[in-house]
Amino acid sequence: MNSTTITLDTTGLLCPLPLIRAQDFAKELAPGSNFLLLASDPGVYYDIPAWCRMHGHEIVRVEESSQENVIQMWIRTAETTNHTRE
Amino acid sequence: MEQPTTTRSVKAIALISGGLDSLLATKVILDQGIDVEGVNFFTGFCVEGHTHAIRKRHREKIKRNNALWVAEQLGIKLHIVDVVQEYKDIVLNPKHGYGKNLNPCLDCKIFMVERALNMVDFDGRQFDFAVTGEVIGQRPKSQRRETMAIISRESGANDRLLRPLCAKNLPASLPEREGWVNRDALYDFSGRSRKPQMTLAAEYGFKDYAQPAGGCCFLTDQTYSSKLHDLWNTRGQRDYELDDIVLLKVGRHLRPNHRYKLILAREEGENNFLKGYRQRFIQIDIASHTGPLALIDGDPNEDDLRIASRIVARYSQGRNESNVCARVRFPDGEEKNMSIQPYSAHEIPEHWHIGV
Repeated sequence: MNSTTITLDTTGLLCPLPLIRAQDFAKELAPGSNFLLLASDPGVYYDIPAWCRMHGHEIVRVEESSQENVIQMWIRTAETTNHTRE
Repeated sequence: MEQPTTTRSVKAIALISGGLDSLLATKVILDQGIDVEGVNFFTGFCVEGHTHAIRKRHREKIKRNNALWVAEQLGIKLHIVDVVQEYKDIVLNPKHGYGKNLNPCLDCKIFMVERALNMVDFDGRQFDFAVTGEVIGQRPKSQRRETMAIISRESGANDRLLRPLCAKNLPASLPEREGWVNRDALYDFSGRSRKPQMTLAAEYGFKDYAQPAGGCCFLTDQTYSSKLHDLWNTRGQRDYELDDIVLLKVGRHLRPNHRYKLILAREEGENNFLKGYRQRFIQIDIASHTGPLALIDGDPNEDDLRIASRIVARYSQGRNESNVCARVRFPDGEEKNMSIQPYSAHEIPEHWHIGV
């Protein structure tokens, strides 16, 4: 993942808001895009992988900064358009 | 609306709460070959997520999102929709009133069914009908025979709303009449008993589902509703922001007078969570001893801060000391220490505790 990866910062939000923000963010991206999700609620360890499995997105890498309690998830969106619309 | 043709498969939207009934109702329809997507609405009052994540004692449990879990079990895609702002009007002005507490269950269901049918699927298509896990007689306020008709009518769904678990007790819906769904393969559950649902869950092989009828909304909770009443009474207006209703889920709430209340952490997880509000609220902790963090919501004077500090000290390890050092931090960064005597248990009036 290069340094130009776009970032979605959901730190301070509690689940399911990080997931909702990621879902809404992803729908604005082109298929196959990469983004970095920052979160502080450990609920994302369940929610984001489940959401990715459901929609064909891929979690490329996960890191947690123990100092700041910030979870970093690099996500690659599905190659086909498959996002929530209303 | 456009009717499905032989070249266009029928598509349903199922309201997924994460509980057993919506799991089963959706499974019944999937088994009839209907293409289904799920929707879960985030109102801000959901029991899911928030408090489970905040409180440390829950951390040994799997912090799964039950709506996601249900969707995965069913192999369907799930829309999770933030309706916090829209939902305010349901909570503040429920046309059909509240249940036992501040739960506007009937208006809530009408809102959700209408909202679901106004969505489009992941391919941009309209849904042909909606599915819910409602059962006649299951809930005293919102799930009665009379309210089933009200929900169908006022949501605008009319006969495009199918309740697979009790459909045989209701007039045939459009999907049944059109033959998209076989009415004979639907169910006739009624009443408060959960046995039929648990039996059906066993037949399907579903295990580890969320506890039946456990309630998925804080508005059904008496203590929570008391805190919300207190918030509205103190502010002199019935309104809220997301942070307000999240904070009502956290900690002990004590109101010594109308000027302020304390939100007092009950454990380390809540302590950490409340620290995140340091730029918005006055914070008090006991510098000389281990203990909880408290937020001060309101406009306290000097005497109030001293009383608040004595309350915080009561819940600290220094509770039996004659004097402890309380640290008061203000949102602008100013900080001061106070030497105070912790309250004893009987010195804190019962009526200061909100919702107890």
